Amino acid sequence: MSDLYGLLAEFETPAAIHDAAKRVRDEGFRWWDCHTPFPVHGLDKAMGIRNTILPWLVCAAGATGTMIGFLLQWFTNAASFDIWAIVWVRGYEFLVSGKPVLSGPVYPIVMFELTILLAAVGCVVMMFGLNKLPMLYHPVFKSDRFRRASDDRFFIVIEARDPKFYRAKTEAFLESLGATAVEELEA
Amino acid sequence: MTTLAGDNTFNDPARRAPLVLNHDDFGSVTATICSVHEARRAPLAWYVAFVISLGFMSILGIMILYLFATGVGVWGNQNPVMWGFPIINFVFWVGIGHAGTLISAILFLFRQKWRTGINRFAEAMTIFAVICAGTFPGIHIGRVWVFYWMFPIPNQMEMWPQFRSPLLWDVFAIGTYFTVSLLFWYTGMVPDLATFRDRAKTRLTAIIYGILALGWRGSVRHWHRYERAYLLLAALATPLVLSVHSVVSFDFAIAQVPGWHTTIFPPYFVAGAIFSGFAMVLTLAVPARQLWGLKDFITMRHLENMTKVILLTGSMVGYAYMMEFFIAWYSGSMYESFAFLNRAFGQYAWAYWIMVSCNVFVPQIFWFRKARQSIPIMFCACLLVNVGMWFERFVIVVTSLAQDYLPSSWDYFTPTWVDLLTLAGSFGLFMTLFLLFCRYLPIIAIAEVKHTMPEADPHGNGHPKEASA
Repeated sequence: MSDLYGLLAEFETPAAIHDAAKRVRDEGFRWWDCHTPFPVHGLDKAMGIRNTILPWLVCAAGATGTMIGFLLQWFTNAASFDIWAIVWVRGYEFLVSGKPVLSGPVYPIVMFELTILLAAVGCVVMMFGLNKLPMLYHPVFKSDRFRRASDDRFFIVIEARDPKFYRAKTEAFLESLGATAVEELEA
Repeated sequence: MTTLAGDNTFNDPARRAPLVLNHDDFGSVTATICSVHEARRAPLAWYVAFVISLGFMSILGIMILYLFATGVGVWGNQNPVMWGFPIINFVFWVGIGHAGTLISAILFLFRQKWRTGINRFAEAMTIFAVICAGTFPGIHIGRVWVFYWMFPIPNQMEMWPQFRSPLLWDVFAIGTYFTVSLLFWYTGMVPDLATFRDRAKTRLTAIIYGILALGWRGSVRHWHRYERAYLLLAALATPLVLSVHSVVSFDFAIAQVPGWHTTIFPPYFVAGAIFSGFAMVLTLAVPARQLWGLKDFITMRHLENMTKVILLTGSMVGYAYMMEFFIAWYSGSMYESFAFLNRAFGQYAWAYWIMVSCNVFVPQIFWFRKARQSIPIMFCACLLVNVGMWFERFVIVVTSLAQDYLPSSWDYFTPTWVDLLTLAGSFGLFMTLFLLFCRYLPIIAIAEVKHTMPEADPHGNGHPKEASA
């Protein structure tokens, strides 16, 4: 038999997994996770998950977009020096009807659009990145039972690498939480 | 367990109306929604509609080829109406898209949970509408082989886009809008694609949906970041959707043409966009819920809510029409006054009154509860609104250009057969994409619908009568 990845416990209702998650947290497990078909309200708090850093990263991405939006318009329409952008390129002082080349009032639109663009792209990329997705293989996918994690069942997985994990004791513990089934996951 | 009657249109403030009817467990929700995609054969109506749509899409392709081979002279665009159908269609299609983002982003921020029944395919509609919209300026530029000049690509000719031009703002606004809408749509769909993957019956579908689902396994650690990301996307998309049609309206408002040069344009365009978009959502939702038996998820209450939005935005559009007239008179500018009187009573009066009847008068029927709950009435009203909103853009673009300052340069715009077939073909493109989406992707946001069910509340012992939030 291959290595043991952990134990998979199945629950039938959001309330059951909510209560169970609190007990697992209080028991002091660290390498464990819940799997639900939809975000169960308050379950992340019950598990003791700390707030994600994502909003700050998105803010930084948005600010980068604002800067790029300004620099892009300034360089391409109001500057005449060389920069290196894959090749050496030169800006152009776009003179229209004798208006100032640095046309402040028209810049905010493109700056705004690029702020949103970079923030949104950054948001999605970093969300999946922090979640370590895409990851097409995972031990839980070996379980047929786990197919219902995207349908109508709620699961707790406690990993074997957790210092508090003992094969028999943890199984008994999961059963005591009201799990309708507990099974082993191969690594 | 709650067994709910088939009616959730009551107006009792003490009771929370259920958003999902006749389903009291998650499994049956999954099964019903997935049956749209899992059925071995689509309903006959789907095949019929698909063949017709493909036909129209081919017409679009042929028209574009003909245009490329011949030149923009094949269109009715002529001095002085240099902006004809392509711009009308562009503004029309961008506007259609706005309802999707409004439903997915703004209603999300306002905690309108009924959005979950309709947000997925409204977002899909947004993306397909923006694809149609993007086609028109793309083929209108004349020298299509240098389309990339629209983008600030590093080059050694000191040749850059002109950032003072509203047309370039459009490139950025529409580009951003399309990208953000696509990301929003896809991000929302990942958990549902995982459901498709887990229910797949063949190896091939399991692999395809498995790759699309990115290995999503419903981990709560993932859901935590996912929900935060979704909220952030909604917060980003909200100002974006308001900005996009504002920027589109700048194409007109920045110009000096009487009838275009007005400050009311940005809010007026946004209201009109949401108005037309909701009409299109209803036009698609009514047959879709009928065809695939989704009446428990897209309930009468959902439809009624949408008709209320249509009534509101239709009245806002009506207000804007009146205000335009008032300001034209109040400005004291004879060109402005003439432009508006000419719209209503000049050579394009027929178009103007089609627009007013369809956009202002028709939606007023939704003051009546009977009309809000009658499928035939709302379907016909929405078709008329779609027609009216297309004519609104026609009126704005054509009447203003056809007769502006100098009577010696006035003329009457007539579209050619290429114009008309290209417009019809764009509907073919839109419907083809939409029908493919219905068949192969989750048409309703499965995870989000489950989330709004009373059974999903962990603090209600699994099956409360009413949701607490």
